[in-house]
Amino acid sequence: MSSVNPAPYDAPETEAARPRDEWPLWEIFIRGQHGLNHRHVGSLHAADAEMAVKNARDVYTRRNEGVSIWAVEARHIAASSPSDKGPFYEPAQSKVYRHPTFFDIPDEAGHM
Amino acid sequence: MTPQDLFQYLLRLGDNTLVLGHRTSEWCGTGPVLEEDIALANTALDLIGQTQMWLGYAGEVESEGRSADDLAMLRDVWDFRNVLLVEQPNGDFGQTMMRQFLFDLWHDLMLANLQKSADPRIAEIAEKASKEVRYHLERSTDTVVGLGDGSPESHRRMQAALNLLWPYVGELFVPDDIDAAAVAAGIGPDPAGIGAQYRNLADEVMARATLAIPSDPFAHKGGKSGFRHTEHLGHMLTEMQWLQRAYPGATW
Amino acid sequence: MYAQMIKSEATKEDPEKLAAFQARIDADDKIEPKDWMPLGYRKTLVRQIGQHAHSEIVGQLPEGNWVTRAPTLERKAILLAKVQDEAGHGLYLYCAAETLGVSRDELTEDLLSGKMKYSSIFNYPTLTWADMGAVGWLVDGAAIMNQVPLQRTSYGPYARAMVRICKEESFHQRQGYDIMMKMANGTSAQKRMAQDALNRFWYPALMMFGPSDKDSVHSEQSMAWKIKMNTNDELRQKFVDQTVPQAEYLGLTVPDPAVKWNDKTKRYDFSEPDWDEFFDVIKGNGPCNTERLAARNRAWDDGAWVRDGFLAHARKKAARRMAAE
Repeated sequence: MSSVNPAPYDAPETEAARPRDEWPLWEIFIRGQHGLNHRHVGSLHAADAEMAVKNARDVYTRRNEGVSIWAVEARHIAASSPSDKGPFYEPAQSKVYRHPTFFDIPDEAGHM
Repeated sequence: MTPQDLFQYLLRLGDNTLVLGHRTSEWCGTGPVLEEDIALANTALDLIGQTQMWLGYAGEVESEGRSADDLAMLRDVWDFRNVLLVEQPNGDFGQTMMRQFLFDLWHDLMLANLQKSADPRIAEIAEKASKEVRYHLERSTDTVVGLGDGSPESHRRMQAALNLLWPYVGELFVPDDIDAAAVAAGIGPDPAGIGAQYRNLADEVMARATLAIPSDPFAHKGGKSGFRHTEHLGHMLTEMQWLQRAYPGATW
Repeated sequence: MYAQMIKSEATKEDPEKLAAFQARIDADDKIEPKDWMPLGYRKTLVRQIGQHAHSEIVGQLPEGNWVTRAPTLERKAILLAKVQDEAGHGLYLYCAAETLGVSRDELTEDLLSGKMKYSSIFNYPTLTWADMGAVGWLVDGAAIMNQVPLQRTSYGPYARAMVRICKEESFHQRQGYDIMMKMANGTSAQKRMAQDALNRFWYPALMMFGPSDKDSVHSEQSMAWKIKMNTNDELRQKFVDQTVPQAEYLGLTVPDPAVKWNDKTKRYDFSEPDWDEFFDVIKGNGPCNTERLAARNRAWDDGAWVRDGFLAHARKKAARRMAAE
């Protein structure tokens, strides 16, 4: 469901001032039954790699059998910078490791 | 096996999944973290689906025109045949997952045997259910180990949950006449036979979880036979059956 | 107020960058996490996606309220699957917000403290089983109307989350309408229940689209940035036009005597909801504001030891692995 009418919100500006023990963010890649390459399907939080794989099974496959799941902690992902798009689009600040959705998914994202 | 005995046997299977599925669904939207919420719902959905199959077949065997829904929604406490373990309240997340593990471990062994049942319908349902339950067991094992061997507080809570629930485990392995009839007909396994396997596996998991199984062998019973349920079941049914009871004969 | 803030921040930013950014949006280019973006765009998105996520999470409660009382095993499974989808949608949306440099726990804490809002519709109670029908039919119906165009929103991660959400959500409205059909064709008590549910949810559903365009503070900038795709009034009208015939089909009466087909405009005329009530609910005075926030806080607090316990275990495991190497 949707919040159609968001009220004003100030994005937190002092993130570093709020240290916390948060489960790390994982990027999930799934290869479906049809033998295609693993594809990025989304992200989730988990305490460790084993839990990330299990959570991925519950969240992103709704238990489809015969699929292969990769989980990579988001901070370990190396990503290209968008500089080839011209000088106006230099990388925005820090927190690259937080970006779970680096990967273009075709709009007609098929069922996993 | 007489149809009456087979009916009772199927009620036991179906009432276990019905009651535990309902208990699990009580968590809906209130889990400790989103990923766990989603996983709990998957477990509950599997158990509800299994209930439809077991109780659906039970209704056919009974031949009095009762559907799975009729059996779920229109029987009172004394007609339920689930073990006492599954009707115990959720408590905290640790208690819920300890209950789940203790049941899953039995469920997995039971279904492995039922897949070889001389009754083809039972074998078929067990085959489908066992795939789901294998995953339930993996997940609840990880949770018991993770939280048992976690922080001091999570360890303390998991040990408390085990102490509370272990006395409800023994009932799973106490055989009676209906079990004997099932064994004789090649329909189901001897519960006592599963017991030793269960204990070995439970010991292994609890060792990894740094938890100690209580030494007192005492076991509550009365759920499987229906002789004496705990007070918790009546309250659960009051909630679960309310609409069907308040508006008899309506279709939903 | 907020629009002003954006403006004053915007003036600090390089006009050339701003112009180039707007040109990309106008060309239907997708903005991705590492691309340059105006601070106001980032803040507005964090607020909007965060609130959208919160709405999914709080939105579990009014329907979760009936999971344990669903009348049949099948209805229970369907309702549970639907509420589970909402948890999933909240998860996808939090992840989209996280690409903007805010963490899920931070957003959660801002929800729990009341700093961030969620959709006001979830501050209304679900009192009978027919409310499960009305919520699916009307509330999801209104939400879908807003979400479908958001699949084309300018921010890539948000758009992709919406694609997945819309795909999964396609059954939600139908299951609600299906419940309503059963009720409307059922016993006299069921019919009364269905009408009563429509009476209570009609205006709150209309309010979901937000205040009239003329009173909406940050519409214009959001539409230029393509994080808002249609005006509130457009969507509300579309919703009424779609819903009134559906109510007629059910044999139910929309609780607004002004609802009438207008041959000139080719649309339905209808009455505005009571906006004083709307602002009251936003301020915290809705029928269930206190309970909803308390329920979320309880779940979060009760879950703290679980989250900490798993993390402690993960660290122990990692340390053991290190020691073994």
